[in-house]
Amino acid sequence: MKTIRIGSGAGFAGDRIEPAVELAEKGDIHYLGFECLAERTIALAQAERLRDPDAGFDPLLVARMQAVLRPCAARGVRIVTNMGAANPLAAARATAEVARGLGLAGLRIAAVTGDDVLPLVRDGDYPLLERPGTVAGLGERIRSANAYMGADGIVTALRGGADVVITGRVGDPALFLAPLIHEFGWAADDWGRLGRGTVVGHLLECAGQITGGYFADPGYKDVPGLARLGFPIAEVAEDGSAVITKVPGSGGRISIATCKEQLLYELLDPTAYLQPDVTADFSGVRFSEVAPDRIAVRGGAGRARPDTLKVSVGYLDSFVGEGQISYAGPGAVARARLALDIVRERLALTGVATTETRFEIIGVDAAAPRPPRDPLPELPEARIRVVGRTDTMAEAVRIGNEVETLYTNGPAGGGGAWKSARQVVAVVSTLIPRALAQPSVSYEVA
Amino acid sequence: MRLRELAHARTGDKGDTSQISVIAHDPGDYAYLAEHVTTERVRAHFAAIVRGKVTRYELPGLGALNFVMEHALAGGVTRSLALDPHGKCLASVLLDIDLPDRQRPPRA
Repeated sequence: MKTIRIGSGAGFAGDRIEPAVELAEKGDIHYLGFECLAERTIALAQAERLRDPDAGFDPLLVARMQAVLRPCAARGVRIVTNMGAANPLAAARATAEVARGLGLAGLRIAAVTGDDVLPLVRDGDYPLLERPGTVAGLGERIRSANAYMGADGIVTALRGGADVVITGRVGDPALFLAPLIHEFGWAADDWGRLGRGTVVGHLLECAGQITGGYFADPGYKDVPGLARLGFPIAEVAEDGSAVITKVPGSGGRISIATCKEQLLYELLDPTAYLQPDVTADFSGVRFSEVAPDRIAVRGGAGRARPDTLKVSVGYLDSFVGEGQISYAGPGAVARARLALDIVRERLALTGVATTETRFEIIGVDAAAPRPPRDPLPELPEARIRVVGRTDTMAEAVRIGNEVETLYTNGPAGGGGAWKSARQVVAVVSTLIPRALAQPSVSYEVA
Repeated sequence: MRLRELAHARTGDKGDTSQISVIAHDPGDYAYLAEHVTTERVRAHFAAIVRGKVTRYELPGLGALNFVMEHALAGGVTRSLALDPHGKCLASVLLDIDLPDRQRPPRA
């Protein structure tokens, strides 16, 4: 029975590079997928493309291609990635350049476009999800609008003989579902198989998150070798069932527990995981251990795909200013509280115009929300964090400055002050009729 | 007994929505978790941050509960002022929930 082995070479833009090389060299894989495109990234990349027509793709694309193209080409491993970000065409040109430099003349690189729907939606009355307003209401602040595309553009590219397929925005699981559709010839309305293929894609898309990353909890959930974490491989059968494994000898662990955590990761209703290719139902998925670091995945289903595509809309939201400073020794928390009170009063006294603020102590209530009446603990050290949203960069800068002046104007022993001010490009979502975004494929040959 | 003794958990995010899976270490504990780790308990535990609806999805076949908390990420990952804008830390915070002690049935 035919089995397709797909590796996952990155779970986010900044992910480690060597695990992908390990997969290419030792994973005995047919395909290597890289999921590198966070929600906001494409909005920032769009600005770069406007400045330079050869820019706007993933900043690590060249380094990753440099590392994996040769071992992949030597073994016929085909690469699928969304590292094209806002400019898949330029990413394909850059990849061809890397290939030529490696002596891989003839390597065929496909760019899949069609996700950029900004001209189509910018003046539209498309309602925003999770908040009031429409896309048109964002006005001049809008920077990008990219639809989550399905697997079809990638499948076209694979049929067209691409060794490397580079996309912009696609549903993350589609990077892995597309090779399965291509290899097994699954029909576009074979919802059950597409649902199970989406389960596989979802399990793979965060790379190390299923091999023991984002999992270890000493004494409760121990994971060996996280510093040399191996990335996952799915061995997929024609019916969409699979075994999740990794390169023998690599770090990490694949267990039923790691698989369950990743299956449910970012899931809302488990019976309706909305993707451009299918509405997948994960509720019937079952895992069993067939050998150490080999977990079988059965079940999973699907229903007809949604009539709409989700679109991420990037826009200039606001400015954010921030400052931090530390206190240590007896009374550290009390001095940190005093410091927060001082900054709060200073921002009011000097009239810094903020629309939202946070005053918190790292180690007490910054990452872990606490009930307001909890008595503050005594700690060996405490670091305050003041952060605020403003309408201008000039106002944002003043927030960090008021923290920094605590050095000479604040409580005893304040050290390690740090400040920042930045513009925020935020992302909201909307839905469009799927017919508005059609994939298009072009090729670059090294 | 803390929830951590019976379950593990992972946080995910979608826009301004935080999602936390709670998975029984031993699938035999699922019914106990389903009884005690209720939507109300979770909403109360995260009262300081959740501004919207909390929904619990039950996955008995996986021994897991899936909590979906709307308007829980201070406006969403891309604009939140939080130190942890994704809410990655929240699953571990949830494992701090106190449960009534449980008499485990003897293993067969």
